[in-house]
Amino acid sequence: MNRRAMRRFVSRFMVGLMVLAVVIAVLPLLLILGSLLLRGAGARSPAFFVSSPAPVGMPGGGVLHAIVGTLMIVGMASLAGIPLGIAAGFYCSEYNGTRLASVTRFVADVLNGTPSIVVGVFAWTWVVRAQGHYSATAGAVALAVLMLPMVMRTTEELLKLVPVSLREAALALGYSRWRTSLVVVLRTALPGIVTGSLLSVARIAGETAPLLFTVLGSQYLSFDVDRPMAALPLVVYQYAIGPYPAWHRLAWTSALVLILVVLVLSIAARIVTRQRFGRRD
Amino acid sequence: MTEPLPRLRTEKLSAMYGKFTAVKNVSLAFAPNKVHALIGPSGCGKSTFLRTLNRMHEMTPGGWIVGKVYLDDQDVYANGVSPIQLRRRVGMVFQKPTPFPTMSIFDNVAAGLVLDRSKSKREVAEIVERSLVRAALWNEVKDRLKASAVGLSGGQQQRLCLARTIAPEPEVILLDEPTASLDPQGTQRIEELVFELKREFTIIIVTHNMQQAARVSDTTSFFYLGEMVEHGATRRIFTTPKEERTEAYITGRFG
Amino acid sequence: MAQPADPAATPAPPGQAQSRSLAGGSLGDVVFKWILILSALAIPLLLGGLLYELVKGSLPAIEAFGLGFLTSSVWDPVAERFGAWPLIFGTLLTSFIALLLAVPLSLGVAIYLTEFAPGPIRRPVAMVIELLAAIPSVVYGLWGIFVLIPFLTSTVYPWLQGTLGFLPIFQGPIYGPSVLSASLILTIMVMPYIMSVSREVLLAVPEGQREAALALGATRWEAVTSAIVPYAKSGIIGAVILGLGRALGETMAVTMLIGNSHEISASLFAPGYSMAAAIANEFSEAASTLHYASLTYVALALFGVTVLVNAGARLLIWRVGRRGGSA
Repeated sequence: MNRRAMRRFVSRFMVGLMVLAVVIAVLPLLLILGSLLLRGAGARSPAFFVSSPAPVGMPGGGVLHAIVGTLMIVGMASLAGIPLGIAAGFYCSEYNGTRLASVTRFVADVLNGTPSIVVGVFAWTWVVRAQGHYSATAGAVALAVLMLPMVMRTTEELLKLVPVSLREAALALGYSRWRTSLVVVLRTALPGIVTGSLLSVARIAGETAPLLFTVLGSQYLSFDVDRPMAALPLVVYQYAIGPYPAWHRLAWTSALVLILVVLVLSIAARIVTRQRFGRRD
Repeated sequence: MTEPLPRLRTEKLSAMYGKFTAVKNVSLAFAPNKVHALIGPSGCGKSTFLRTLNRMHEMTPGGWIVGKVYLDDQDVYANGVSPIQLRRRVGMVFQKPTPFPTMSIFDNVAAGLVLDRSKSKREVAEIVERSLVRAALWNEVKDRLKASAVGLSGGQQQRLCLARTIAPEPEVILLDEPTASLDPQGTQRIEELVFELKREFTIIIVTHNMQQAARVSDTTSFFYLGEMVEHGATRRIFTTPKEERTEAYITGRFG
Repeated sequence: MAQPADPAATPAPPGQAQSRSLAGGSLGDVVFKWILILSALAIPLLLGGLLYELVKGSLPAIEAFGLGFLTSSVWDPVAERFGAWPLIFGTLLTSFIALLLAVPLSLGVAIYLTEFAPGPIRRPVAMVIELLAAIPSVVYGLWGIFVLIPFLTSTVYPWLQGTLGFLPIFQGPIYGPSVLSASLILTIMVMPYIMSVSREVLLAVPEGQREAALALGATRWEAVTSAIVPYAKSGIIGAVILGLGRALGETMAVTMLIGNSHEISASLFAPGYSMAAAIANEFSEAASTLHYASLTYVALALFGVTVLVNAGARLLIWRVGRRGGSA
């Protein structure tokens, strides 16, 4: 009798500890978002989004240059990483079971865990050193390398959800393999693939480490992809470790902009996925 | 000419998955404009046999065959024969309805037609309508041709798949247990259609429902453990089977 | 003899195609297949290229210092003498502390969310925690510098020193940017990874395992410890190792919080360094070829470790998935 009560007490106690763990785990998100809103929103003004930085000591200034830079660098990376990732994912799902498919899948998993700073060093030795100067292109290469395995794995998983029967129905109609793949299989899985790609864009948009010694950063608005360029995460970093309180305020506001971009992309992507799967069931 | 030439026939056909032989040495001939039923317990190889006829079997990982399949006396496994061309002449409807979920009802029926670029938009629209009429679905969907095909009932979806299959005018239609996932009413509609469609097509239907085979088919082949045990006119198979195993199956002693 | 069937016996369907040919190539298929093959090949080639560039880049350092590089503690860019031990030590130490704190926390959350939580809150809570993984590392760093560190140095660290000050790791002057600060930010950062992977693993445990234990009269907690966790064990270990991989390679937040000192100190309140942080800090202003090579050598070592760690984790998770599938 007593032992039974003890066992029930242990069970309740552990559940209590777990609830505490949930509270501790959720807390940082609330605190981080709270600080960002509190400190970041203060400096917000329209000028912030449409002007480039002011010289040190001068009030005002904005991060237009960094917003443009992030859009350009992430855009270039996506143009390379997404199509290639989708095609590679296609191979692994269509030719599942071949040696190349297993190797590619495994390597993609390994690359997915590679620290982004290592990819930055790779882009430096491969592009920056070879060209002899820092450039936005080198940063885009690094981000594309990070993106490729992510897009590949999500594409593959989503294509596997397309029922074999649909594939067979198309083939039985006299569709060639490529037409079956593109017209039937890809179109069926497309909403999910778009979601996955959005998520990977959100992730690389916040990457800082691979940009440090590839795009380097810049104080000026620039559209030249062959030159150093600014990017939002770099601006956050450089302003945060700088000595001036005005810079710190700019860092908070830039971080708020960055996190809005990233969170809006990720939340939107998640909602799209849920709706889609809800309908499937 | 007394006996018409067979539209489709197999010669010593065996079908394998890797090392496993699913169909053993089957020689069968299917006369045009008849309904041919393939019956037998599950796993007897009847579906695999059907899938060798339009070369779908080889799309299954590990699937390969030995033997010959002739369509109008052309060896369909010969070098230079394109399985894609073959499948336009030998259509197939599957057990589960497989409408393309991203396409409208109209686009589903037109799916096989757009492969042939010579057809104008108007011709395609005419064929789609005619196919839906022949599949006895036109009246139910004519007002929502642009709607998604996923909204149709199971029976309607299966008739849609039938319309999609007959639209490109194949010569042979393979039906792989087409009513297995349908309710009795949907089943009856499909059976009526099969009876209608044999005026224009040669139909081979796999079924594990013996009543269905008896109702719709002209000839019946009984498969057991990968072998074709007995083949003949449906009435004779069901009344006076020659083989003991056939009799055991149709009287329900196993299966 | 090949000859079309008798038209009299077989009324021709409209748009008759008796003479339709079966011949025809599929050039499209061949092209399509090769495009896919080349794209798939790009990924292994990328890994090869990465490895090649890193080895090539670090060759001068490998020739100069050999494997002794990994155990030497000298880091003197002026004298061109480099050793990575403080960096390796800092990386291992911060990751270890982070896992020590994050593992119980994330497992608690994962188990609560799969076994105990009321249905409607499961998904939202999991989603909120997974959103933590979406926050860019540099934002953690920013928050760490301006919010976390002031809080820690004013309250938590003095309290720790007061109560546990007899331990060498809690002695000495308290610095804001320190090994402990970096470890704590890492804890927050790796937790969502461990939580979400172990949650997936726990969800894959068949219902029968749970019911069998409960039917034997176990409490729900006993069902967790006796049936569910043992079943998912290797998957959970995989999740932890995956979290370790993240912690080892995490760059920005650690760079901003660890203090960037090549000195190894016994106290967790003292600044330290990590492999990733050293690369981030010094690479763009490296003074010499050998300095570049040494930093690339550090990157190569970091890459090697994370490859091993991730490959191990994948194999473990994959094994659970396969067992779940065959059961």
